[in-house]
Amino acid sequence: MIYFDKVSKIYSPTSAAVEDVTFTIEPKEFVSMVGHSGAGKTTLLKLLLAEERPTSGKVFFESIDVHRASRDELPQIRRRIGSIFQDFRLLPQKTAYENIAFAMEAAENTDEEIANDVPQALELVGLVGKAHHFPHELSGGEKQRVAIARAFVNRPDVILADEPTGNLDPINTREIIGLLKKINNLGTTVVLATHNYDIVNSLERRVITLEKGRIVRDDKRGRYVI
Amino acid sequence: MSATTSAAVTSYSLKMKNVKLRRVIIAGVVNFWRNGWVSLAAALVMVLALFMIGSLLFSNVLLTSALSRIEEQVDISVYFSADAAEEEILNVRNALSQLPQVESAVYVSKEEALEKFRARHSANALITQSIDELGNNPLQASLNVRAKSPDQYEVIARFLEAGAYSSLIDKINFFQNQVVIERLSSVLAAARAAGLGVTLVLSLIAMLVVFNTIRLAIYTSRDEISVMRLVGASRRYVRGPFVIEGVLYGVFSAIITMVIFYPVTLWLGPATERFFGGPNIFQYYLSNFIQIFLLLLAVGIAIGVLSSSVAIRRYLKI
Repeated sequence: MIYFDKVSKIYSPTSAAVEDVTFTIEPKEFVSMVGHSGAGKTTLLKLLLAEERPTSGKVFFESIDVHRASRDELPQIRRRIGSIFQDFRLLPQKTAYENIAFAMEAAENTDEEIANDVPQALELVGLVGKAHHFPHELSGGEKQRVAIARAFVNRPDVILADEPTGNLDPINTREIIGLLKKINNLGTTVVLATHNYDIVNSLERRVITLEKGRIVRDDKRGRYVI
Repeated sequence: MSATTSAAVTSYSLKMKNVKLRRVIIAGVVNFWRNGWVSLAAALVMVLALFMIGSLLFSNVLLTSALSRIEEQVDISVYFSADAAEEEILNVRNALSQLPQVESAVYVSKEEALEKFRARHSANALITQSIDELGNNPLQASLNVRAKSPDQYEVIARFLEAGAYSSLIDKINFFQNQVVIERLSSVLAAARAAGLGVTLVLSLIAMLVVFNTIRLAIYTSRDEISVMRLVGASRRYVRGPFVIEGVLYGVFSAIITMVIFYPVTLWLGPATERFFGGPNIFQYYLSNFIQIFLLLLAVGIAIGVLSSSVAIRRYLKI
């Protein structure tokens, strides 16, 4: 479903963010990408979203080379990939409800679908009571739950989570990971980039370990070992 | 079967287009409202630009009317010697009227000239008495010639000087007024050119300031724009609300500018009327209200939409 083919991303001649990375992610997998800061986790996710272009190599989403997708194709691909970020990246001028609805509007859903699905998504993340709060009125954990609802509301095939718990306390961290597991159980592929030992070890799922832009380990039921 | 399906698809995509347009407009209006201070700042800067454009419009009206008044007052008088017969003078007039440069040529007989002279000095007993004392009419018959444009008087004067009529003519006051007339016509031409140049330069500066303000407003939204793109919004769908905001800057600034012009022209109206002898600009403002408003509205919306579309381009690249 996701295929990185000998991908390198070189920002300057002396430092390569990602070097010659090849791996495949199958549907319904829950993959953790681990490594120190700067190991290349975020870069890999940005490459998949076509937020960055690779210096060499190709990135495929299903059969589409995401960096050769046309102007019209790229939004279509992105609607099938939900993203969650460490800094939440909610739209500050929109309420929780509107943030989630925006992803559906952008994906050209009808008003009826939006009115039906957004409350369901809010319910999934347990924020029905805070639908009309603006991001600055929400706690960190709540913001991240809105972000998850936004990422999930279009029923994407994949969810990319880049350090989603980096700014959260242990209780919120557990809740967020719980949500991701729940979403994975509903059949969505989840790619989680993190450097949190406890999460990775408690998941007992596939772990890809990165070091200095290269894959050093890829274990089916891995642990965080660096 | 397939025909009905494709018809259904077409009607669906048409409906979706309307839905998208509605969403874009609503999002633009909501953003404009929620970004209150930024919107206000951008609209006020645009008010300055529109106010300048409006002021230029008003001053152009005054200048044009003042210039045409001055031009109307420029003419030359051809004085004929005392022994020139009326018939001959009328011949000269007819010849002049044939010239393409001549707007009009009016004959003033000796008697008319005297009447006018008396009328002008009727309050002055000394002059009337001396005229009566003189017995005969000391004034000359003349032709008042008006050219189509001030720079053509010289051609007309030369025509009279060199032509067959020169023996009838005593003097042409063009050569006395020549310096003044030439200077005036060059001043008029320069004033027009300068007015146009200043208009263009000031408008350009105003538009650049507006453009930069809108660019700054969009710069503050650059993170949001990238989030919208990453969530899967198309370029057009992200750009739409910003363009609508640009339209709203234009609409609000046009309204504010028109409101400001009311007291300003009311206050300046009498003074400009006295100084330029032209129309009262308050009257002009009232009678051309809709045209001025539409002009400012069009300029404001054009600047707003153009600035927004150009400024957002670089952030859409993601």
